[in-house]
Amino acid sequence: MSSNPERAGLRIPHSGGSKVVRLSTPLDLSVLSSLKAGDEVLLSGRVLTARDQAHRRFVGLLKKGSGLPVDVKGRIIYYCGPTKTRPGAIIGSCGPTTSGRMDEMTVPLLAAGLKGMIGKGRRSQKVRQAVKKYKAVYFLATGGAGALLSKKVRALRRVCFSDLGPEAVAELTVKDFPLIVGIDTRGNDIFK
Amino acid sequence: MRKISAKDIQECVRRLAQKANFSLRADVQRAILAAFRKEKSSRGRKILSELLENARAARNDSLALCQDTGLPVVFLEIGPDVDLRGVDVAAAVQKGAAQGYREGFLRTSIVEDPLRRGRPKFGPCVLHTAFVRRKGLKVTILPKGFGCENKTQLRMLPPTAQKDCVEDVIVSVVKDAGPDACPPYIIGVGIGGTSDYACQLAKEALLRPIHKRSRLKHVAEMERSLINRLNRLGLGPMGLGGSTTVLGVNILTYPTHIAGLPICVNISCHVLRSASDVL
Ligand code: SF4
Repeated sequence: MSSNPERAGLRIPHSGGSKVVRLSTPLDLSVLSSLKAGDEVLLSGRVLTARDQAHRRFVGLLKKGSGLPVDVKGRIIYYCGPTKTRPGAIIGSCGPTTSGRMDEMTVPLLAAGLKGMIGKGRRSQKVRQAVKKYKAVYFLATGGAGALLSKKVRALRRVCFSDLGPEAVAELTVKDFPLIVGIDTRGNDIFK
Repeated sequence: MRKISAKDIQECVRRLAQKANFSLRADVQRAILAAFRKEKSSRGRKILSELLENARAARNDSLALCQDTGLPVVFLEIGPDVDLRGVDVAAAVQKGAAQGYREGFLRTSIVEDPLRRGRPKFGPCVLHTAFVRRKGLKVTILPKGFGCENKTQLRMLPPTAQKDCVEDVIVSVVKDAGPDACPPYIIGVGIGGTSDYACQLAKEALLRPIHKRSRLKHVAEMERSLINRLNRLGLGPMGLGGSTTVLGVNILTYPTHIAGLPICVNISCHVLRSASDVL
């Protein structure tokens, strides 16, 4: 396969030999650092949703030296903007959005203590280095499987920025939410 | 003459907006199933099976296939017998789309002002109209997710560019998208016309059933060749490796100027949604 010139410039990750790890929040940092890029993870506990505009606000607040409306220390951010919730349901469709758009706004959050991110796709080198420096983990969730993933959400609590609609920050309680480790605490990247 | 009212149009767009978002297109579903059977990577197979499960969950629970319910693009093909006198067609389409999204508990993904952003709303959609020979009013909605729309590229090639060069451009756009836009992809390509028209063709190409090849022999050949080349990239489902990088490549062409060769490559994620009806 490596002799195929089409593959030049596209690094294809190796799969196989990966294990499934159960991870829960509050995060146990020793479990977090035992994760390796490519491992499968079932996450149970609480994550915060935040995407483009919420990141912009977070970074703006951090720059000004003001506190965030929600502490990200030791927590996981899920790049997700769900559909509307039907009456009687917990949440609508809720898969990951493209992580790369958050790259430029990620390092300050890691510096503020963020320990995990969930999204889809590649991250920049800066993010990779910061993930290593701050001993955090970047997780992948299956993109375009939002209906299926909604079954793993047990509760939703609105946190802040409700004027952003689907981009508002919410706290989701998830059970056995399926993830793959994209970048581990040593900076190994599944796409590299 | 076939008299069509604003109500008819609104109701049709409302219904199609929900259908497109809740039920995966039959051709796409079949292509994912076929890919699942052929895929050698175990992780790839697992992801493809999740996509089939997701489609089932979405249909059963009237849940959006993907949380990005897209920016709806509506196509109206107006036949010679259609009488729309006195009808505010654009308003009827917008009302129908917004109603479909609201009542379907879909997502408010659209900001009124692209620069100042602001609170997202259900609409407006983008509306294309065409006058066609076929009778009746054909209404089509294509909710386009932006993870993949962001990866779309337009190139203005020189008129002397050879077939290989055109193929290389398409392959490079897919490589640029990489794992970010939810592969396996469906690639819509517009070749010819003007810059704007090539982009529209690329989007319209996504409406053709993905197992059908172009009616033009040399274009169908290019589609086949691209499907093979792209699936040899090894990108695979979610970019995690495998032989399923694309589910289809659909190319539409149009006459163009002697001085140019516009080509637009529109990437669609595996959640390629569209629904049509004829009034
Ligand atoms: S690229 Fe497609 S499947 Fe992926 S999140 Fe966007 S709309 Fe959904």
